[in-house]
Amino acid sequence: MDFKSSDTITGPRTEDHLPHTAQAAVKIVIVGGFGVGKTTMVGSVSEIKPLTTEETMTQAGVGVDDNYGSETKTATTVAMDFGRISITEQLVLYLFGTPGQERFWFLWNGLFEGALGAVVLIDTRRLEVSFDVMGRLEERGVPFVVAVNTFPDGPRYPVEELRTALDLSEDIPIVECDARRRASSRDTLMTLMRFLHSLAMSGALK
Amino acid sequence: MTPPQRRRRYPKPDPEPYSGPDHELSRPDPDPTHPTDEQQRPEGEKQNPERLYVITGPDGVVRTDLDLVTLIVASADPSPSATPEQAALLRLCTAPLSVAELSAYLNLPFSVVTVLVSELLTSELVTARAPVIRQALADRSLLEAVMHGLQKL
Repeated sequence: MDFKSSDTITGPRTEDHLPHTAQAAVKIVIVGGFGVGKTTMVGSVSEIKPLTTEETMTQAGVGVDDNYGSETKTATTVAMDFGRISITEQLVLYLFGTPGQERFWFLWNGLFEGALGAVVLIDTRRLEVSFDVMGRLEERGVPFVVAVNTFPDGPRYPVEELRTALDLSEDIPIVECDARRRASSRDTLMTLMRFLHSLAMSGALK
Repeated sequence: MTPPQRRRRYPKPDPEPYSGPDHELSRPDPDPTHPTDEQQRPEGEKQNPERLYVITGPDGVVRTDLDLVTLIVASADPSPSATPEQAALLRLCTAPLSVAELSAYLNLPFSVVTVLVSELLTSELVTARAPVIRQALADRSLLEAVMHGLQKL
């Protein structure tokens, strides 16, 4: 295993230290297909420069004819970008931008179960790449809102047409956002929080 | 232009219980002389994947359930006998830092960091502050605190 010698490890900058009073953290997951703007959204609201955590999956491959008897190994690295927002002196919020490919999700077991909720970021040019992600969240009972990251060349659908296409119930918020803008990303997170709050009020959050 | 059409899914009646992070880094070939449970079950029946490989420390220390956002705080200075990885980790978390951040700064996979942290927890060199996870009944005051925090952004 490669390990950087301790001399070369760059820790958090002094201003990126959490206060010692920080007692607990919560997380929100931002999911969506490749290139839909997950990392952009994380970066636009995070108080720290987005960091990357990764997990490695090693698979033993079957030797091929010309090297019969030897085994090849392939390692797949799955990276996840994340950011942080200090809520109070005691509470910290982490935002994880997660790739939509479900076959990698087992690496992050617990990520969704423990999350307060999720933002599904969609690109109207490739709506179908987010279908599976939404299905997985529904199966796991993770509440989510849908945010349409507006790209200038993407088709614009009326919200109700999107709701029908995505087969979402009336109560699930669908909002437009510009993931590059801090205010817009924050409003999207607020939409999720208000939705979670309404679920809690109605006692529907299971 | 008509958008593509999705079909809604519903919560599975018997969701898999969350039993801590899985760390199947590699799957050694199963011993053919000892058929696994999987092989004895009727074909097609869906089972939780068997944990085939668990990383433990040199002393067989079993990892604690650590979340990506469990906050870790050093409670002692690294001892001279600490490994370079442990020493680096202890220096990083003099102030609280999540396991995810430790993984990022140490440039080590999340599962490897959970091993290191578990060892340090066992030897009481660090303490862990568990995350607040989504409950069956969400804590409204928690949600409100997060909303207030976001509004300040």
